[in-house]
Amino acid sequence: MASEAAKEGANRPRLSLHVPEPRSRPGDTADFSYLDLPPAGAQPRPDEACSAAATYPLCNDLIRVLGEDNRTHGPWNPQLSPDAMRQILRQMALVRAFDNRMYRAQRQGKTSFYLKCTGEEATSVAATHALDFEDMIFPSYRQQGCLIAREYPLVEMINQIFSNRADRLMGRQLPILYSARAVNFFTISGNLATQLPQATGFAMASAIRGDCKLAAAWVGEGSTAEGDFHCALTFAAVYNAPTIFNVVNNQWAISSFSGIAGAERATFAARAIGYGIAGLRVDGNDALAVYAAERWAADRARSNHGPTLIEFFTYRVEGHSTSDDPSVYRPAQEGKDWPLGDPIERLRDHLFEIGEWSIEAHEAMDAELDAQVRAASRAAEANGILGHGLHQPDRTMFEDVFETMPWHLKEQSEQAVRERSVKWPD
Amino acid sequence: MAGLDTAPAAEAESEVPERELTMIEAINDALDVMLARDPDVVLLGEDIGYFGGVFRCTAGLQEKHGKTRVFDTPISENGIIGVAVGMGAYGLRPVPEIQFADYIYPGLDQIVSEAARLRYRSAAEYIAPMTIRSPFGGGIFGGQTHSQSPEAIFTHICGLKTVVPSTPYDAKGLLIAAIEDNDPVIFFEPKRIYNGPFDGYYDRPTKSWKGQPGAMVPEGHYTVPLGKARIARAGEALTVLAYGTMVHVAAGVAQEKGVDAEIIDLRTLLPLDIETVEKSVQKTGKCLIVHEATRTSGFGAELSALVTERCFYHLEAPVERVTGFDTPYPHSLEWSYFPGPIRVGEAMDRLLNE
Ligand SMILES: Cc1ncc(C[n+]2csc(CCOP(=O)(O)OP(=O)(O)O)c2C)c(N)n1
Repeated sequence: MASEAAKEGANRPRLSLHVPEPRSRPGDTADFSYLDLPPAGAQPRPDEACSAAATYPLCNDLIRVLGEDNRTHGPWNPQLSPDAMRQILRQMALVRAFDNRMYRAQRQGKTSFYLKCTGEEATSVAATHALDFEDMIFPSYRQQGCLIAREYPLVEMINQIFSNRADRLMGRQLPILYSARAVNFFTISGNLATQLPQATGFAMASAIRGDCKLAAAWVGEGSTAEGDFHCALTFAAVYNAPTIFNVVNNQWAISSFSGIAGAERATFAARAIGYGIAGLRVDGNDALAVYAAERWAADRARSNHGPTLIEFFTYRVEGHSTSDDPSVYRPAQEGKDWPLGDPIERLRDHLFEIGEWSIEAHEAMDAELDAQVRAASRAAEANGILGHGLHQPDRTMFEDVFETMPWHLKEQSEQAVRERSVKWPD
Repeated sequence: MAGLDTAPAAEAESEVPERELTMIEAINDALDVMLARDPDVVLLGEDIGYFGGVFRCTAGLQEKHGKTRVFDTPISENGIIGVAVGMGAYGLRPVPEIQFADYIYPGLDQIVSEAARLRYRSAAEYIAPMTIRSPFGGGIFGGQTHSQSPEAIFTHICGLKTVVPSTPYDAKGLLIAAIEDNDPVIFFEPKRIYNGPFDGYYDRPTKSWKGQPGAMVPEGHYTVPLGKARIARAGEALTVLAYGTMVHVAAGVAQEKGVDAEIIDLRTLLPLDIETVEKSVQKTGKCLIVHEATRTSGFGAELSALVTERCFYHLEAPVERVTGFDTPYPHSLEWSYFPGPIRVGEAMDRLLNE
């Protein structure tokens, strides 16, 4: 019967493949009218110990604290002291100054690659402040703000970027793929999303040992398509592991808009619903909302109430990296037209509004940060830049493959040293 | 078609207009030809649609052939290969792109346990006629996750073919042959020579494909058959087995040293053109194997075993292997890692002095 019907399929509707397409392309004016942006303060704040289901309305909402009037609103206001807010402001501005200088350094040929996080500074800086220093960070490659929030020395970061002889990672890794155990920051992989199940595992280990450390992972919205995202959340849900999954939805994954990762159908926060864990969707350009949400998730995890998935809704203002030219796939104006503004300006304006900051202070801070970054860059440059000979000795290439070097690597190491002496007999 | 000793397939007659293309343009051309010729061909991968791929290999193809033939995928290599298996089961001929060979591992189960074995386990009820394209190899300061050469992982899997071109002409002809092949093909594109040949001297000005052997590419459809090697340089003193970028490095060293090497560009690693290999080694009595991939259990180990097994009584010296070191691809020491002219030259000297 069924196959008979299929043969007569002529009058059945023809299937068609849907391929998502962003609303605007180069030459178009950016259109964000489709975004449903609720006013700040309108979102309820459930107790940290609530059932996961109590957060589900928030998966399709947007937690916001800073309003158009530059004042704080509603129950998510984290009530940070002016000092705490100034520190977050300063570190976000430092991230931006650092990004600008390192981008230029790449253009000047001092290194092979760089990648900015412009417009997304709050999602790393403010979120890190909501964690304890002991909590382990499992970053993606766009979380330089986590290192800066944990006051990791800029010179160390730049030594890594320049792949020079002072680079603690021995020049082995692509620039920005840091590792910084000293500040509980996991080694960054170039392969997307691998850090997510690792974060779950770290959190499970902490729970196995009866410790009180959490794991917090960051991932781009594009990377949530990887299978690792699924198993990370499944394990976290099954074992109620004290993990925070921060999805930075900056709208773009290289040239692919968020629709290619499924955003036309559901929010990224709403993924939490299927796993039965808590989920929050947050204005990622509102440093206070970011802090409040991360703090909520940290308090929840720390009191054994399990994992939380947070979507930080933000915008990638710059190209993907120094290898990318975004003007070929999106309108040039999009970043300027992004309706949630700039995270640094918004926090600055709030501090102005409450009389805790001034234009003069801000300008002085910017000048100071610029000088700080310049000095760090000069200090790192004294240790060498990429491709100018001041790198780690060749034998270091063979170290750390194993704890102890097997015979074949010893032989190969001798070969490498001999080749160098042929190339540069001194 | 200077420098090409293999006669092109019958269709590419001498009247067919040719033009000089880069390897990227030749790959783009092959995809364009196949999209136009065969409605079953579909292209899928990260950033390959509107944008045209991070290396521009699919530039313009979505606009020309439509969004349901050439489209962006979610960032999931497992998903990309898995859906390609399903599309093949329906009867399509998918050409998935994996943005860098270093990112193919999340898709490994779908390749190894599924695509490679579909034909066998279903007694040919189902096949996986897909060609997985992916740029591989180093030399662009990409660090360990943009530089790997994982071809030996795939030649070790029964049911997969593995192909590596070394010129624009071959890239187009091999890619068309791969797409038309009914078995799954891993098509690794040596990204260092996308825009020009590379002799291993990273500190000399880069060359473009302009005026280089193998850069003239006929328009339209032609194939370079899978499983056929190319003698890139005929010679008597020793045989060099290479593929991809290393064909150019070996040729450069032979020229510089004035060594009368016979350089065989394998083109297809599996199935291997064993006849051409045997004939050459039996003639020269000496064999140097060169690849950029790590040494231990690399494809060179298989080649060395084959040559030793099949040409033992012709060999006048032990088979030599020149490879990348057995470490992850380092960033700053990239050129110490790369099997460049010194390493290749020393091995040639050793063989010639035997
Ligand atoms: C497994 C894997 N596949 C593909 C890539 C190539 N790649 C690097 S970044 C990127 C886009 C990631 O986008 P998203 O997750 O949204 O993060 P964002 O760059 O926006 O911060 C891709 C496809 C990779 N690094 N790893």
